[in-house]
Amino acid sequence: MILDSKIPEGPLADKWENHRFSSKLVNPANKRKFKIIVVGSGLAGGSAAATLGELGYNVDCFCYQDTPRRAHSIAAQGGINGAKNYQNDGDSIHRLFYDTIKGGDFRSRESNVHRLAQNSVNIIDQCVAQGVPFAREYGGLLANRSFGGAQVSRTFYARGQTGQQLLLGAYSALSRQIATGQVKMHVRQEMLDLIVVDGHAKGIITRNLATGEMKVWTADAVLLCTGGYGNVYYLSTNAIGCNVTANFRAYRRGAGFANPCFTQIHPTCIPVAGDHQSKLTLMSESLRNDGRVWVPKNAEDAGKAPSEIPEDARDYYLERKYPSFGNLAPRDISSRSAKEACDEGRGVGPGGRGVYLDFEDSINRLGENVISERYGNLFEMYERITGENAYQRPMRIYPAIHYTMGGLWVDYNLMSTIPGCFVLGEANFSDHGANRLGASALMQGLSDGYFVLPYTIGNYLTTISPGGIDPEGAAARETLESVKERVGQMVSAKGKRSSRSYHKELGNIMWEYAGMARSEKGLNKAIGEIQDLRDDFNKNLLVTGHGEELNMELERSGRVRDFLDFGELLCRDALTRNESCGGHFREEYQTADGEATRNDEDFSHAAVWEYKGDGETPTRHKEDLEFENVKLAVRSYK
Amino acid sequence: MKLFLKVWKQEGPEDEGHFESHVLDGVSEDSSFLEMLDQLNEQLLGEGKEPIAFDHDCREGICGTCSLNINGYAHGLENSTTTCQLHMRKFEDGDSITVEPFRAKAFPVVKDLVVNRSAFDKIIQAGGFITVRTGSAPDGNAMPVPKENADLAMDAAQCIGCGACVASCKNASAMLFTSAKAGHLNMLPQGQAEKDSRVLNMVAAMDEAGFGNCRNYGECSAACPKDISLDYIAKLNRDYAKAKIKKVFS
Amino acid sequence: MNQSSLLKKYLMALTGIVLVGFVLVHMAGNLQVLIGREAINAYAYALQNLPAPILWGSRLFLLVCVLVHAVTAYQLIKENRMARPRANEIEVTKRAGWASLRMGLTGSLMLAFIVFHLLHFTIRAIFPEYNDMKTTVGSPDGSEIHDVYSMILAGFQVDAISIFYVICMFLLCRHLAHGVSSMFQTLGFRSERWRGKLDLAASAYGWIIFAGFSIIPVLVIAQKYGLVNCLETCGSSCSVNL
Repeated sequence: MILDSKIPEGPLADKWENHRFSSKLVNPANKRKFKIIVVGSGLAGGSAAATLGELGYNVDCFCYQDTPRRAHSIAAQGGINGAKNYQNDGDSIHRLFYDTIKGGDFRSRESNVHRLAQNSVNIIDQCVAQGVPFAREYGGLLANRSFGGAQVSRTFYARGQTGQQLLLGAYSALSRQIATGQVKMHVRQEMLDLIVVDGHAKGIITRNLATGEMKVWTADAVLLCTGGYGNVYYLSTNAIGCNVTANFRAYRRGAGFANPCFTQIHPTCIPVAGDHQSKLTLMSESLRNDGRVWVPKNAEDAGKAPSEIPEDARDYYLERKYPSFGNLAPRDISSRSAKEACDEGRGVGPGGRGVYLDFEDSINRLGENVISERYGNLFEMYERITGENAYQRPMRIYPAIHYTMGGLWVDYNLMSTIPGCFVLGEANFSDHGANRLGASALMQGLSDGYFVLPYTIGNYLTTISPGGIDPEGAAARETLESVKERVGQMVSAKGKRSSRSYHKELGNIMWEYAGMARSEKGLNKAIGEIQDLRDDFNKNLLVTGHGEELNMELERSGRVRDFLDFGELLCRDALTRNESCGGHFREEYQTADGEATRNDEDFSHAAVWEYKGDGETPTRHKEDLEFENVKLAVRSYK
Repeated sequence: MKLFLKVWKQEGPEDEGHFESHVLDGVSEDSSFLEMLDQLNEQLLGEGKEPIAFDHDCREGICGTCSLNINGYAHGLENSTTTCQLHMRKFEDGDSITVEPFRAKAFPVVKDLVVNRSAFDKIIQAGGFITVRTGSAPDGNAMPVPKENADLAMDAAQCIGCGACVASCKNASAMLFTSAKAGHLNMLPQGQAEKDSRVLNMVAAMDEAGFGNCRNYGECSAACPKDISLDYIAKLNRDYAKAKIKKVFS
Repeated sequence: MNQSSLLKKYLMALTGIVLVGFVLVHMAGNLQVLIGREAINAYAYALQNLPAPILWGSRLFLLVCVLVHAVTAYQLIKENRMARPRANEIEVTKRAGWASLRMGLTGSLMLAFIVFHLLHFTIRAIFPEYNDMKTTVGSPDGSEIHDVYSMILAGFQVDAISIFYVICMFLLCRHLAHGVSSMFQTLGFRSERWRGKLDLAASAYGWIIFAGFSIIPVLVIAQKYGLVNCLETCGSSCSVNL
């Protein structure tokens, strides 16, 4: 596997400009001849499909939801970063670049991150022009707020529904292209395999979730905008349908999978209430702007009502440990601190897995109205789920799997190791290193879709001739048959256990051994347990109904099957990364006071996994990361 | 909790459909309504029966995938709440609950409780956008928007497109959805250029899809999980009249 | 007629405004019965003797409004039924009131009532003897004119007719309670901030119309049974005596 990152020459700030100039252009008459498949319709997929359609390409866009507007980007709450420096507080493209690199614990590519920071400015303009109703100041200009991991206010937001509004913006642009016929939208279609011919991606196989029909779609390039794999943990803040299948199938067809162990735990989720739970709900990190995180100083107080614990018996541990960032410490650090507090028996709420996020001071300082205006919908959501009123009693929060930084490896053009297969947004590994800063996911999805891929795809398309492959040809047929066989096996599975029960069990293993803290012993154990679970799955799975209909059991079984394989890969990656960095915390690698110890000497690289066949250990490749513009430093938020 | 459920079962779009009764015991009051259905489905699987198909995805009240008519109410009786955010603590032990799909001609049933809401996409495709080429936007602060207008636009833009407005309307009218989408863009300076064609085209698409007519009951707004106000319907009525008059006299 | 749903709604609202205005004027005219025979007869005579284009123009206009209102309503209701082919197993409402849910019913009954009312008092086809009621009271020049006052008294003498009229006025009242407020919404002049007040005003308007129209049959019946004695009785000039 050759990992040529294709980073352009020149000084960091000029790389993107140089690359855009040197990128090959597809002339307008030829664009019509190229057919592009976009899988996924979230911020990355929606914006890419819309923009490519606008440019004149023939686009087929697929999503498993019943409409492109429901992709899970919609659930992002807090905001989107943009280095506009509207607040005159010292922000700049370089500062956003630096914050993102540092926030990612120096495990991302400088050139990609800098391009992201550059594009952040255009994204805001684009979204405003689309009619995204960002929050405004009284003077009518855009408002900003601050976010974890940054000391400037650069986050643009639309109440607590920024992701929704940005997605609806991309969806409206997409809808405009669908109306012109330039983009054909295929809803309730799940990609089950990638068609690779002579090493090039030439199409996909989908299953129509409503009718069960399996079909070949051919194209000149395939864009995977299929999101993250957080659901390998069963309980996460991802939507129930989010899955790794498209990415994992591409991996099996030859795409390198980079850094699967880089998963992000979000510090402010609503704690687990019981065994029935199907997902975790995030409370926007922006709450940490006005909320103070604490647990009782003494474990004995953990069972008491918060109002009975006096001020001097409370431990505002983030403020204590990280005085300069305080409650706004980055996500991984905040999460781990919460886990530590709970491990010490100081956790609150049912099961003792929770910490308080207290708004009392802010309410006293700013008044309940201000707090309600800022976070009203979050407080309502909290009350609906927990039955508690956060204006009167501190919220209980606990970390949960939220985002996955790892993903398919891509070069500077966003192309995976399979030529013609591009990967955008959360599905790729490129911009967030080992930890993503708040309000950066939306930025990356839109940057990739609106401003990067439409330029860089030309570099590939100009090397091939349009027309794709014959959908009836051998390669397509073979791939289709293999998918039919796989689905057929599952439909005929008449064992005893539901796919959900396997998913739950896998989630428990993952959370226990590959969650917030990992160890060699635990990871080895996890790999064994996952393998056993997979064997059991292959023997004892129960699927009812048949394949030619809407069959949600069948859908889930396919996804869980891939999660089982993928979970093992994730553990394997975690096991080989002998350091602690960002969201990856190995218990063996920490300082005396529990801070993560990075190993730049041996691990300043992206680990890229190559599939070698079922039952074979995948091969680990390395893309070394070079840092020419930032000094590798111990990430300190003290 | 023990619950007595009466759930709609329909094999496919052509099937007549019927209700089936189930008894489900051991439901936690911290469960969401959908988690309760998960539990029912696991029970059905255990009995070798086919689980009930229902739409759901984010389960945090924002994607708008979940639907369900619960005891006659779209998303259940709780105000400002989607089905996925409806928790079982709002029910009593021993309750009987009737679960049906959202019913409208424009939302044909796919299977069981799953309906096809693509008619909403058609409405958006007709004009629910601002025509702006990627990369052609002026600076974000080039056009100030009074905070009040931005807030009103946001109130409308919050619509999650779940279709509860249609399901709760006795006439299956999509006016609340259409008006919220058009209203959001019509309220912003960016949306002015296409305002007239937007309302004309979106209303035409809405009619085309087979939705009923608005009778100003307000059931839609009462059922809306995002509390979209009837004001947007009034605004759409106003904008449409203006656009139509301009068109006639132009 | 495949026109836009909103145009149909505008038609409903605009014809509604005309009819809402008409019932108020009609009621004000009727109330002159309470002043006395001379007042109502003179008023009726004046109306009947308006220049033909104005008289027939107005009548035609009103008739067209009623017909457009009714036909459009019929179309809307038909479309609405088609839009919801299958009702919910449990039909419930959160906000909609009795009146707003039954506009079709109250409207249809109003249409039937209008037909009856025209036949009863305007064309006088049901009781042709009303045509023979003549008097000079209220006549501008002393010549014999139609004795509307006597006709009204005679008309409401019949218990069943009076009860029918009062019931119909109640239905009209409820029709207006939704319609008047809804009209503003359809034309885009209602806001949620004012909706409560507007609904109240619409309901009040409905009740005023109800009271204004019903008071006459109620008084006639009440006087018939000797409960009150406030109406000028029919003199020798009319064939009906209270």
